[in-house]
Amino acid sequence: MITTSNQRLTQGQFSFLPELTDAQITRQIEYALKNSWAVGVEYTDDPHPRNTYWEMYGNPMFDLKDPAGILLEINNCRKTFPNHYIRVTAFDATRGVESPTMSYIVNRPKSEPGFALIRQEVDGRNIRYTIHSYATDKPEGERY
Amino acid sequence: MTETIDLKALWQESGVQSVLDSLDAELVGLKPVKQRIREIASLLVVDRVRRDLQLEAGSPSLHMSFTGNPGTGKTTVAMRMAELLHKLGYSRKGHLVAVTRDDLVGQYIGHTAPKTKEVLKKAMGGVLFIDEAYYLYKPENERDYGQEAIEILLQVMENQRDDLVVILAGYKDRMDTFFKSNPGMSSRIAHHIDFPDYKDEELVQIGQLILKGWNYKLSPKATQVFEQYIHLRRSQPHFANARSVRNALDRARLRQAHRLLETDGGIDKDALQTIEPSDILQSRVMANGDPVTSAP
Repeated sequence: MITTSNQRLTQGQFSFLPELTDAQITRQIEYALKNSWAVGVEYTDDPHPRNTYWEMYGNPMFDLKDPAGILLEINNCRKTFPNHYIRVTAFDATRGVESPTMSYIVNRPKSEPGFALIRQEVDGRNIRYTIHSYATDKPEGERY
Repeated sequence: MTETIDLKALWQESGVQSVLDSLDAELVGLKPVKQRIREIASLLVVDRVRRDLQLEAGSPSLHMSFTGNPGTGKTTVAMRMAELLHKLGYSRKGHLVAVTRDDLVGQYIGHTAPKTKEVLKKAMGGVLFIDEAYYLYKPENERDYGQEAIEILLQVMENQRDDLVVILAGYKDRMDTFFKSNPGMSSRIAHHIDFPDYKDEELVQIGQLILKGWNYKLSPKATQVFEQYIHLRRSQPHFANARSVRNALDRARLRQAHRLLETDGGIDKDALQTIEPSDILQSRVMANGDPVTSAP
């Protein structure tokens, strides 16, 4: 399921819940910091689920003790990209783990057009299906 | 609204007293500093009570400036301050991030802002200690990036007072010039605390405390010699109060070890931890002026 019925993008954690408030985001960051994960803020305007690598906003934030600094970055990013998707990721750098542990959307465009289903006829009467985000018809930066 | 509040009990409960007590025990002298810290702690406790009773007064400005000569304990007190603010609930994490100009100011255009912000983010929830803060402002170079760091600092000091406490430290005269040329900085700092120089007897006490921490002690004769040493050392250049004492004791340790190795026969535990007059008398400081004749 890429979107809910009202075309709301569902990627990462908490995406079926109402938007997280700043206080809730702070609690989530607190949890990440408690586990000494590195938190980063990322943005994109390509909502395709296979678009894994979003742009990082600013530098990755290591050695932070308190969520206030990260919330500050999130708010700066929201100000810079009010109509982009913004997510907060946490990365566990423990040897042998070395993978993202949290990822949740904290900002989304005002209107999300959703995805089209594309059918491609191939050999015989076979059909291949793929999805296409309406937003990506426009060039990068003008999508929302 | 006639119910009374036991402020003393709240004071005890906050655990502030233990921090202040350890401040008293581990830091010799510094009367005005301790007095000021006690006042700040009282304000914070009272403020908390007021807040519980909906007597909002806005969060107090806690940014501070510590001025004083080298080795007067500015960093040590800053560390305690972080702990104290944490106990009082004004600092969420209570850690201290100590930085100097190098950590804040970048090397090319556009480098300073991210660098300063990164430090600020690390310090959030705790205390940012800027040592030798006057280096941030270099009036002789108008294109110096230090000014940019100051501006970002000011903005955060104003807007995120709840997230971060900034403590600036430096030598008195240079900090005064710094504040004169940055009035915005001066007015955003509520507490200007001046660290006085230590008196000779206080320095001896400090020396004894340091030695105790290392499991050493001065023999009674060595104590007298050490008093003379401090008296002479003060008149020499580069005197840095407690730091000089520490360095002198470090060297005395070396000489003691050497002396012990030269001694024939076995030595006991007591000899291993006692510093004798000869360990101090060999110092260059003592050689320059004969302690008996040069004493006033």
